[in-house]
Amino acid sequence: MSYQLTINGTSHELDVEGDMPLLWALRDELHLTGTKFGCGVAACGACTVQVDGVAVRSCSCPVEAADGAIITTIEGLGGPGGAMTTLQEAWTAHQVPQCGYCQSGMLMAVTALLAENPDPSDEDIDKGVSNVCRCGSYPRVRAAIRSVAQAIATQDATQDPTQAGATEVGEATSAEEM
Amino acid sequence: MGVLSRRNVLVGTALVGGGLMVGVKFSPDKRLARAREMLENPGENLITTWVKISQDNIITVIVPHAEMGQGVHTSLPMMLAEELEADWDLVTMVQAPAETIYANNALVKGYLLDGKEIPAFLNQPANWSTYQLGKYMDMQVTGGSTSVRTTGQYAMRVAGAAVKDLLIQAAAQKWDVPARECSARLSQVFHNKSKRSASYGDLAPGAAGMTASASPKLKARDDFTIIGTSKPRFDIPGKVNGSATYGIDIHMPGLKIAAIQASPVFGGKVARVNSGPVTGLRGIETVVNIGDAVAVVGDNFWRVQSALINLDVQFDGGGNESVSSDTIYATQVRAIEAGKRKSNVSSGNLDEARVAAVTTVDAEYRAPYLAHAQMEPLNCTALVEDGKCEIWVGVQDGLATRAAAANALGIAKEDVTVHLLPLGGGFGRRGGGVMDFIDRSVRVAAQLDGPVKVIWSREEDMRQGAYRPACVSRFEAGLDGSGKPVFWSNVHIMDEEAEAVHIPDSVAAQIIESVEAPTHVPYGPWRSVASSQHGFFIESFIDELAHMAGVDPYDYRRDLLGDDPRMAHVLETAARMSGWGGALPEGRARGIAVKKSFATIVAQVAEVSITQGAVRVHKVWCAADPGDVVNPDTFRAQMEGGIIFGLTAALYGEITIEQGRAVQGNFPDYKMITMADTPEIEVEIIRSGAPWGGAGEPGTPPIAPAVTNAVFALTGTRVRQLPLKNHEFG
Repeated sequence: MSYQLTINGTSHELDVEGDMPLLWALRDELHLTGTKFGCGVAACGACTVQVDGVAVRSCSCPVEAADGAIITTIEGLGGPGGAMTTLQEAWTAHQVPQCGYCQSGMLMAVTALLAENPDPSDEDIDKGVSNVCRCGSYPRVRAAIRSVAQAIATQDATQDPTQAGATEVGEATSAEEM
Repeated sequence: MGVLSRRNVLVGTALVGGGLMVGVKFSPDKRLARAREMLENPGENLITTWVKISQDNIITVIVPHAEMGQGVHTSLPMMLAEELEADWDLVTMVQAPAETIYANNALVKGYLLDGKEIPAFLNQPANWSTYQLGKYMDMQVTGGSTSVRTTGQYAMRVAGAAVKDLLIQAAAQKWDVPARECSARLSQVFHNKSKRSASYGDLAPGAAGMTASASPKLKARDDFTIIGTSKPRFDIPGKVNGSATYGIDIHMPGLKIAAIQASPVFGGKVARVNSGPVTGLRGIETVVNIGDAVAVVGDNFWRVQSALINLDVQFDGGGNESVSSDTIYATQVRAIEAGKRKSNVSSGNLDEARVAAVTTVDAEYRAPYLAHAQMEPLNCTALVEDGKCEIWVGVQDGLATRAAAANALGIAKEDVTVHLLPLGGGFGRRGGGVMDFIDRSVRVAAQLDGPVKVIWSREEDMRQGAYRPACVSRFEAGLDGSGKPVFWSNVHIMDEEAEAVHIPDSVAAQIIESVEAPTHVPYGPWRSVASSQHGFFIESFIDELAHMAGVDPYDYRRDLLGDDPRMAHVLETAARMSGWGGALPEGRARGIAVKKSFATIVAQVAEVSITQGAVRVHKVWCAADPGDVVNPDTFRAQMEGGIIFGLTAALYGEITIEQGRAVQGNFPDYKMITMADTPEIEVEIIRSGAPWGGAGEPGTPPIAPAVTNAVFALTGTRVRQLPLKNHEFG
């Protein structure tokens, strides 16, 4: 059976079993390895991608359920030429990642959260971002989200802050002498 | 060479004098030649084994440690760049290959020195024997929180300073002026008298022919401009845009994918395997039986893992099928009561102190097995052909990986090439002593044509662990009339390093002993190693003594640390940060703990409440004295991460053993802290100037006792066995 997926703007015809998880179609069929395998049971969020704008744990989403969908992975989050989104810039400014393995999923989950709720409360963040980071980057994840949310609050509402090329006001930094 | 002074020419004295410290000078020409062969590109000059400089003035530092998020791929180059007087904007790094010339000699030396504390390094020339030891022990370890305090201090700073001297000499030679009239700054050498300057890139070819000093003059702390500043980490951009390539991400033409299952009862064997049910399935190539495990090989991990689950395979547990956590604890208790004791510490007169004591207190503590649960499941890509082996993997010890593969295949170490990749978490699971995943992967590869990537499912990773060992520890202490401890007796499972079980010297009579109670359950280092469980035991029992004495737990500890001003200062700092003793919101209480591990002292205060019957940690204040710090922001991140790692274990962490095997297999039953239960964390770094300590591990030990001591203050319940999830609170 063949499935039609648009991934990061490119259309792919995939001849795989319908119950193959999207994660393994991305990683082992298309060699898009930015999306990570963590648990296989939708418990950790390392494999989070966006399917039609919604954050989805791709290890538990069969390819057939994504047939015809528009999919964004970490490789497609930034703009052309490697431009980073405001959120990715905040991630860099706050030096969020440690080992970094969970961060693709973390960024995809937070991007989806902010698209839906540009100024999330702490509770919204706790509920919306249940990804596991074994290194414990959580305090910095929260700080980076806060800095972007503040940037959104102070900028022109017509600009979409989750897209590359947005203004760079989210550059709050927790690091001294950076 | 004419301008080199005698002092700087080390040929002949290098073998005894400390060439090790530069990483330059044993059979100097051979080592450097080998390094050049591996690392020098056109237009670059490798000047010592640790650094190369290109014609366009880019400095590349060669780092012999693994990056697993602790920031060492940035902090070590910072140390070299500091002494080199490099322009930081023009500095980059590469990972050193898993080759003998990059063995961790300095680390071996660290281990050979008592307590792992590195004394003032200029007074401690290394010698040939430690180098040989490092070579034969195949150590290229990233562990023990040692990278900065050994490789950084012994190799990076010394190499940076030595190379700076060479560049100055090269300039002096070129301009025909005395070297002492030249100075170096921002990757350039200046001769102010003649107003001339040259870039390091221009001078590098001349310097590359010279012999580096092993004892160059190093910068004073007050002159640092790079060390002590928070430089952004080199590894961050690739981890933010998804381009970082971990071991599990490797792809190459003809690559096969394999899923693996070992005997669920540790140490068991494959009794029978019938590949019938998976033969002919789409994408399945073959089933491999390596004796202690089976692997299904194919083209896609989902296909091979699904087939593995359906495979008809039986294991022989080897007689350990009746072992459980209960029988293990019972065996440990019997060993404590009747086993042969080994004394670790014995001081003062225990019998006299026992008589003098007004009150005695005793308690038994327990900590369970813990899995590492690093986010990137174990994996290894291997190609075995023509008596040679090539490996692509993220590990904490490249040379041990090479040795494990050679040993598994019965080939020479020189016939194994290891390509080192970033780690999706290590925490000890990818360390030198626990190379089971390398061993199994290369044995699978040996039965196949072409390269294979063997991937552990999360369940296989968790159930084939190298666990933090379960441990029982018993204490007895006596207090005098004022409540001060006059004796301390402790017997626990497993001989551990002195630092982990150490208590304040102010307790005059001490006896600390261990007994052995071996099991078939594999164990290994887990972030902060023995200090993780012993920190909990000791700092909880001290809290019990404080309560018995009727003294505030901070004041009690402060008094015990009267002879140790450095440790007392860290404790005072944490108390001050938290406003210890001040009013708290209704339903909250605080606990405090202090532990020295890996030569860094960390004190933490935790504020907790009981929310819906469970412990909730609201805030943690953390004071840390690592002596000095290279990258403060990275150090702070390590404290945050260390606290969260330890808190996860304190609240939820438990691998239980039933029928000889691990019960928990994935995050739903081995729970992790997430954003929702992460406390606010405040960190203060104390740069006391003491010998440098570690960063990756010392943040972990104090958090469990800080939390359980707070739980006691709040509820009156003394938690003597972790995790907290197994206890019920009003």
